[in-house]
Amino acid sequence: MNISVCIKQVPETTKIKINPDTNTLIREGVQSIINPFDLYALEEGVRLKEAHGGTVRVLTMGPPQAEAALREAISLGADEAFLVSDRAFAGADTWVTAYTLSAAIREMGQTDLILCGKQAIDGDTAQVGPSLAEHLGIPFVAFARKIRSVGSDEVTVERMFEEGFEVVRMPLPGLLTVVKDINEPRLPSLKGKMRAKKAEIAAIGRQDVEVQDQFLGLDGSPTRVVKMFSPDLRRSGVKWQEDPEEMAKKLVEGLKEQGII
Amino acid sequence: MVFPWALGIGLWADTEEIFLSSIVVIKDLCNGCEVCLDYCPYDAIDMVDGVAWINEKCTLCFACVEPCPVDAIVKEESGVELPDLDKGAYSGIWVFAEQRNGKISTVVHELLGVGRRLADGTGEKLTSVLLGYDMEPAARDLVPFGAEEVIYVDDQRLRQFNDGPYSTILAELIEERRPSIVLAGATFMGRSFIPMVASKVGTGLTADCTMLDIDPETGDLLQTRPAFGGNIMATIVCPRHRPQMATVRHKVMIAAERDESRKGEVHVVRGLDGTRLDERTEVLEVVEEILDTVNLAEADVIVAGGRGVGGPEGFKLLEDLAILLDGALGASRSVVDSGWIPYSHQVGQTGKTVKPKLYIACGISGAVQHLAGMQTSDVIVAINKDADAPIFDAATYGLVGDLFQIVPEIIRSVKASRRGAG
Repeated sequence: MNISVCIKQVPETTKIKINPDTNTLIREGVQSIINPFDLYALEEGVRLKEAHGGTVRVLTMGPPQAEAALREAISLGADEAFLVSDRAFAGADTWVTAYTLSAAIREMGQTDLILCGKQAIDGDTAQVGPSLAEHLGIPFVAFARKIRSVGSDEVTVERMFEEGFEVVRMPLPGLLTVVKDINEPRLPSLKGKMRAKKAEIAAIGRQDVEVQDQFLGLDGSPTRVVKMFSPDLRRSGVKWQEDPEEMAKKLVEGLKEQGII
Repeated sequence: MVFPWALGIGLWADTEEIFLSSIVVIKDLCNGCEVCLDYCPYDAIDMVDGVAWINEKCTLCFACVEPCPVDAIVKEESGVELPDLDKGAYSGIWVFAEQRNGKISTVVHELLGVGRRLADGTGEKLTSVLLGYDMEPAARDLVPFGAEEVIYVDDQRLRQFNDGPYSTILAELIEERRPSIVLAGATFMGRSFIPMVASKVGTGLTADCTMLDIDPETGDLLQTRPAFGGNIMATIVCPRHRPQMATVRHKVMIAAERDESRKGEVHVVRGLDGTRLDERTEVLEVVEEILDTVNLAEADVIVAGGRGVGGPEGFKLLEDLAILLDGALGASRSVVDSGWIPYSHQVGQTGKTVKPKLYIACGISGAVQHLAGMQTSDVIVAINKDADAPIFDAATYGLVGDLFQIVPEIIRSVKASRRGAG
């Protein structure tokens, strides 16, 4: 089975804190990492390869330094890596990112299954996976929490929804986006790290793909960011530090007055 | 949408041929105040000779443009002529009416609430689109909630959600009838198939919006949403494509009230041409795992636990309180990662986003990522030993102390007050 895993290099937002005085980001020491959800996708791909044979190719679209994310993916079990990078691709929104990735994946040859994390932790959109499937004209299942079975031309997966899960059969080639529940990613092996150092990263630029310029980069993107601001999470509430019984009574009274309980 | 990639931008500004939109620092204006450094999430700004220099890590997210106090950072438009859009050819605000098991989801009434407000502002018609089978009464019932028109597509193959048929039909309806705005819930269903619809139609889509307004100057939909785990809010527009599509976070918009005096037409569409439906994926089984204490999205009360709960057994006490208040049980990421409680309980950036009437955070320190998932709750109660825990800044009521002493007292107090009331 030929598996392609899409990854994204993101700032480690879980380490970002807000300075309460200025309400701005403190991003001191924030590093670039592989989007955590993509690690579950990569792990699932490597497990499928181990169980059913085949190859795991990993790709990312981003600036040249995203190569580091690809090398890390190799250390975690990917066989080949592709860096989709060109200044013509810069500033893409999800529609254009999916369009560009679809062209790159076509260039990479036969793929049976594409795996993506459910969303990236910087944009939090969860849109590139489903949109990529549409651009490739293949079926997809989003929010997969378990792959139940793998056949020669189909997979059966569990898809999360609010009140439970659905069992969905998807023909191959197809695309899955995966949630955290699906597995426990491994740590890089020493052998993997050695391989990652030496691995060749294939570059895919504007000239290597069949795309229309009008659908590329910031100019091709239907959506635009017009404003960014920090949310104010603070509330002017009350704070008590006294006898538990007293505090509980005051709380319950307050909640009753507000009609909450 | 938003957080794109860019290459070598620092260099572009000096080259003659700038053919893409870009970002530049006007060196003469930059006063070296370094404010932009705080706003850049990608570490893409260096100070060189006392002025800001945008390096190759820049992704053109433009987070630095607005905060610059001297307007030294500017967007450089490419000057590429883009085709004009005939906005007048598109009219109407659409709300996708999500249903499960023939029952309209509660998020739909919220969408009708915000849709009504937008429609009243622009003078457009509010339409709701429902895909399902044998549920005409439910379709009619969208009218009292503000839909002036309901398009109900009735077909056995639409009884339950499947990405292919749902996206094919919604995309076709959009192409036929040309609405200016399409809203859907940012639910598992909406976030699954709406991106497909936007790709089919060839328009932009903004995920998980928490604020929607119309720009009075351009008439475009201003779509505001959290990013970076709630650290930043971004306002996004879709200026040259129609419809403008957005998924909207559940429990954020004010739900429309039922008003029986409202009038509307219901169009029932039947007899779909079967070959048009994309039924490549097949739903074999639907398993509902409703444990009352897990259904966080719908719960009016959530009692959530973090590290301070001490271990898996600590959740028993919180569960008692949750059951007493007819609420659900939530958890922070770190206790889920430690295996104290399943992932389905996780609230926060990588878990669920909730907006109950009452959120009781027990032993949760209040990392930004957790706050991102519950900050819009009506009332937040924080119980924590550490008086300096950040959760207290977000709380309506802060109780400093040992949760194992305080929570039993709350249980007692609630019971006593109920006896008193009864």
